[in-house]
Amino acid sequence: MEGPEKTTALAPELLSRENGDDSVEYMSRGKLIWRRFWRHRLARLGLPVLFALYMMAIFSDFVAPYRPDSRLKGFKDAPPSVIHFGVGENRFQPYVYARKRSFHPKTFREIYTEEEDKKYPIHFFVRGETYEILGLFKLDLHLFGVDEGANITLFGTDSVSRDLFSRTVIGALVSLFVGLGGVAISFIFGCLIGGISGYLGGIVDEVIQRIIDLLIAIPTLPLWMVLSAAIPRQWPVAHTYFAITIVLSIVGWTGLARVVRGKLLSLRDLDFVVASRLAGGSDLYIITRHLLPNFASHLIVTLTLAIPGMILGETALSFIGIGMQEPGVSWGVLLQDTMNFGALVHQPWKLIPGVFIIVTILMFNFVGDGLRDAADPYSL
Amino acid sequence: MLYIIARRIFILIPMLVLLSMISFIIIQLPPGDYLSSYVLRLESQGLVVDEAEIARLEQRYGLGQPLTTQYFRWMRNFIVNGDLGRSFGSYGSSYDNKPVSDIIMERLPATMIISIVSTIVVWAIAIPIGIYSATHQYSLMDYLSIFIGFIGLAIPNFLFAIIIMWIVFAQTGHAVTGLFSLEFRHAPWSIAKIIDMLKNVWVPVLVLATAGTAGLIRVMRANLLDELNKQYVVTARAKGLSERRLLWKYPVRIAFNPIFSTIGWLLPAMVGGEALVSIILNLQTIGPVLLTAVLRQDMYLAGSIIMILSTLTLIGTLISDIALVWLDPRIRYD
Repeated sequence: MEGPEKTTALAPELLSRENGDDSVEYMSRGKLIWRRFWRHRLARLGLPVLFALYMMAIFSDFVAPYRPDSRLKGFKDAPPSVIHFGVGENRFQPYVYARKRSFHPKTFREIYTEEEDKKYPIHFFVRGETYEILGLFKLDLHLFGVDEGANITLFGTDSVSRDLFSRTVIGALVSLFVGLGGVAISFIFGCLIGGISGYLGGIVDEVIQRIIDLLIAIPTLPLWMVLSAAIPRQWPVAHTYFAITIVLSIVGWTGLARVVRGKLLSLRDLDFVVASRLAGGSDLYIITRHLLPNFASHLIVTLTLAIPGMILGETALSFIGIGMQEPGVSWGVLLQDTMNFGALVHQPWKLIPGVFIIVTILMFNFVGDGLRDAADPYSL
Repeated sequence: MLYIIARRIFILIPMLVLLSMISFIIIQLPPGDYLSSYVLRLESQGLVVDEAEIARLEQRYGLGQPLTTQYFRWMRNFIVNGDLGRSFGSYGSSYDNKPVSDIIMERLPATMIISIVSTIVVWAIAIPIGIYSATHQYSLMDYLSIFIGFIGLAIPNFLFAIIIMWIVFAQTGHAVTGLFSLEFRHAPWSIAKIIDMLKNVWVPVLVLATAGTAGLIRVMRANLLDELNKQYVVTARAKGLSERRLLWKYPVRIAFNPIFSTIGWLLPAMVGGEALVSIILNLQTIGPVLLTAVLRQDMYLAGSIIMILSTLTLIGTLISDIALVWLDPRIRYD
């Protein structure tokens, strides 16, 4: 803490302003945090990738060329489409070939061959299958697609002929937002209960802490399993989704409550807080002006690093069949198809949703790491 | 010190009682009970279940009574006879009506072997790498270990298990499932059986150890870096202590603290983590039994396993707290 930045920041008027207003000495706290964050190379990679993933999820109906439940007749277990370039004059026009199905004479496995005389250019912003936006109005615009007669399956198809790319993109909506939702609920409970525990202290604190100890002592996955087994199978997708978010946050809030309480306890009796109290600052003033800014950054870091755990939790639950249910789509549901690893030898593309999970978790960890470095911009 | 231990054990007792209640309550959460779903299953197979049979089953499992009675009966039998109740046979017919304690004892060896071997592997890999990364910050090895660490954190265990099986199967045509090859599955323990186990055990160990190693390298590296920047290290160096002694005498010892403070959570965490992996790899561990028991509401089996795991965590936390005081004289509880 006793770095040169600190000392100079205390007496800015003594400094010559030759560096201009952009020098470190004159930067606001927010600017300092951003500068420190941006110095973390991996975080610099993580932020735009996460942004792109979330954008893809939000506009998933538009990005996906097909509906998640529509079947491409006669294209069971088809491999990813190969994209070629160059139609007529335009050398950059991408196109796919129509594909013909035949069967292997011995194994009866499907074989798809490209019909090289039938070129189907890929069009952008095309009309296709209709989808609803927020249940309000209907739209049929898609980012890309091909004309009737052929199809484009970027990630191949599954065992009932559904386009895996469309399903992955639309599944992102569930998988990515389950983390945000779970963290939001954990955040409310964690702050509330941790705050009460740390601020009141005494017997209330003791009881709350013991309850948290108990909850932490129950192994996470079995607890999640029991709770999600309690979700009725016949519930609509949206209800199941909401229930899973709550199940995930039941474990999540305990860690956060501990952070909040620990920070409150350590800050409560520091000199500047006591001084503010003696000077007549009200509780609300002290909490919002002194306490909150001091641990908000740590809270954000804890929250960011909690999201990947929840995404993994949803994936694991859906994978063993007690999370999201068909017709709901999430990355965990999609990975159920990989359980038969013998089939994977012939259809490795079914692992692609797994790649999305890994990338998402990685990026969250990168950003979380960068935020941790940036959380205390005054340290060296 | 003795007073602290006595006090902690005293607090532990009501917590254990609470925990047994929670375990019992949460397994009752799913709608319906085992018997009704069992009857439904029989009826769907076209079998007629007569009233007397249902009454007999109800009597056998003690299901008719109110929840509190069931709980106290379960607890009394456990404390007096060490009897945790009987399984309803959710996990195959061979477990039908088998004492829960027998099932757990049958499944425990494989669980322990995998957990212990994974833990040893994690420590043997992560601690040296963590120390090396901290002392050679920003070196190639450091970046490499950070990278591997991140990947290890990001791959879900079950996905990793599938990928390994897929690769092994695609390369050799051999499916690595179970801990033993077929001919050894029911054989008594022998040298040959142990060698056979070693041929198969590496897959679950690799899967479980990767995630653990990733986390531990990060913890070890961060802790050691914190310590190495402290003034006592500078002082010791200024006084001419060799780098080797300087490193091992204090900073490494202190960096070990968080590892010891979580040692008690290892077994429960492993059982939680291995559940999915074991289902995929078809291992004879506790995890898959717990999963089916939970899903089919085999309540004594599920409740007992959850209670035992939670109890182990609480006791483990106590042990590691005591170990921490013993290891680091600066830590005081009062």
